[in-house]
Amino acid sequence: MGKVVLVTGAARQLGGRFVRRVQRDPEVARVIAVDAVAPPHRLGSAEFIRTDIRQSSIARVLAEHAVDTVVHLAVTGGGAGAGGTGSAVKETNVIGTMQLLGACQKSPTVRRLVVKSSTSVYGGASRDPAVFTETTQPKSLPAGGFAKDAVEVESYVRGFARRRPDVAVCVLRFANILGPYADSALAEYFSMPVMPTVLGYDPRLQFVHEDDVLDVLRLAAGEPGRGTLNSGTFNIAGDGVLLLSQCARRLGRPTVPLLLPAVTWVGSALRAVGVTDFSPEQIRLLTHGRVVETSQMRDVLGFKPMYTTVETFADFARSRGKGLLPPEQAGQVVDRVAAALKVDSLNVGVAGAEEGAQR
Amino acid sequence: MADAKVIPFDEDRPRRRVAGSRRVRAVPAPEPVAEAVEAAVAEPAAVESGGAAWDRRIAGGLAFLRRRVTGDYEVDEFGYDKELTDQVLMSLMRPLFDKYFRVEVKGIENIPAEGGALIVANHSGTLPLDGLMMQVAVHDHHPAQRHLRLLAADLVFMLPVVNELARKAGHTLACSEDAQRLLEAGELVGVMPEGFKGIGKPFGDRYKLQRFGRGGFVSTALRAGTPIVPCSIVGAEEIYPMVGNAKTVARLLGIPYFPITPTFPWLGPLGAVPLPTKWTIQFGEPIATDGYPPEAAEDPMLMFNLTDEVREQIQHTLYKLLVQRRSVFF
Repeated sequence: MGKVVLVTGAARQLGGRFVRRVQRDPEVARVIAVDAVAPPHRLGSAEFIRTDIRQSSIARVLAEHAVDTVVHLAVTGGGAGAGGTGSAVKETNVIGTMQLLGACQKSPTVRRLVVKSSTSVYGGASRDPAVFTETTQPKSLPAGGFAKDAVEVESYVRGFARRRPDVAVCVLRFANILGPYADSALAEYFSMPVMPTVLGYDPRLQFVHEDDVLDVLRLAAGEPGRGTLNSGTFNIAGDGVLLLSQCARRLGRPTVPLLLPAVTWVGSALRAVGVTDFSPEQIRLLTHGRVVETSQMRDVLGFKPMYTTVETFADFARSRGKGLLPPEQAGQVVDRVAAALKVDSLNVGVAGAEEGAQR
Repeated sequence: MADAKVIPFDEDRPRRRVAGSRRVRAVPAPEPVAEAVEAAVAEPAAVESGGAAWDRRIAGGLAFLRRRVTGDYEVDEFGYDKELTDQVLMSLMRPLFDKYFRVEVKGIENIPAEGGALIVANHSGTLPLDGLMMQVAVHDHHPAQRHLRLLAADLVFMLPVVNELARKAGHTLACSEDAQRLLEAGELVGVMPEGFKGIGKPFGDRYKLQRFGRGGFVSTALRAGTPIVPCSIVGAEEIYPMVGNAKTVARLLGIPYFPITPTFPWLGPLGAVPLPTKWTIQFGEPIATDGYPPEAAEDPMLMFNLTDEVREQIQHTLYKLLVQRRSVFF
């Protein structure tokens, strides 16, 4: 008998794509997609049930369809589109998770639970180590916003795992998810014509590609492969690191360094006019950055991302329009300077520059 | 005047002879001569290919600039920007190293050519210039041109601009997680376990090693199985002779100490210019840590003993170097 997979948060971009992807899995017999709002996209042969996971009706859905795998993707940072006010998002994240876990606890059929979390649970401060592992205790807990929700969600999930040791629980802590379809707050930030940055800080960022997110969710929702274990907590991120300044140059978007308090003002002003979600949490990310260790993902979960951080960002940059200072133009300016210098110097200069550029 | 308080134990030659040798060397010291000869040898070669060399340099600079403006360079997970460090940051520090402090480097062969090692040094000088000079010393004098990854206090990573530059120069927070990760990756890690107690000590306590933290660096080296290379730095103590500490100002600014030197803060920014002392950096014999069982890192007694061994060796070398020193400035 094939598996019955329930996916929450199906109305969002990522949830919808995962629903379409997981139904192609030969192991999977039925896919139940759940969200409080109707999805704007197709869900293939999946059965969509419009229910709010904050209500106890979710328990009935689990029982009716004899669901054995629950993929909880309705833990989101708000962001664009599905938006709503901060408190509504928080309620879906935290109360929704509590209801869902309560329903799972009563359900005799549930065998596997996959929860989407975020690396923002590590916070990020100047006193934190440069690279977070799954066991790192954050020096300062996130004070609010999505990061705090994620911390609370994870603690409920840990409680659930203790009470139902027969259920395989997998918590995936994703780094910033980017890709051509990304609709996160960070993707919005990178789409601004001029990017405000924090003066004197150049944060290290890590990205994970949407396609890799879908792949790892499928891996976690299925049976573990040979020699791997897909229950536990895993950091998911592409290899390598990009600095914010590098990101801006690769996108060709000028940056405006602002003093930290000014960034907070500008952020709240932009938020008020609805340009972007510039939360304190995002300012924290853009101040201190966040890098996680992914050896557990490779060795225990047995997942190898297809995209590195740099490739993910390149894919994202291709999907967005050109910035005000495209890198090609900036490069041409330098080449022109080199060409101008050729007039009063020998050919070596230009040849050397070309050689350097090729390198 | 600096070595007035020093008790030269175990040194076979008495102090008076040192004073004598100083008088003898009052004639041009051998070092500047060697430097001049080097420069003279190097000059004709430079003149020969003068134009071409300059062109190549400009071309290299432009290629570098091109990579920078297009964001086409790499950093590691600690934010270390190798290219920027080699091309810009090192060149900024080099004049200070070569011309201003005229650093003499000894025992560079004690640093392994490859693989991880933990360099433990004394800390002094009010501002952490000694760490930066040690980084230049290792890079410029080691045959393998190794890069030193320094462990810095959390204050460094709280300050804007400073934290950005520190990360790009390869420094990271002094915590066991970061240190172990770097050592296991085969990097050369530099640590100054005295911390603020060492760098912010009054001038009267110069060259007296402070407590070595809790010896966490030893257990980190043990866990990573890398040798510990003790390093003694002479000369950094006198760059800002700290005669007082305005504790109230320090508390207001949220910094561990606020130095008062004969020139700072009285002369304003001019007072922040370090005195041009003559430095010596000596790397000592490595202390192996790979012979211990894995649980040794949890043994506090062994930790204390190893910490003391490292501390003694650095202190010893400091005294030795001080006795050999002709004067603070030459």
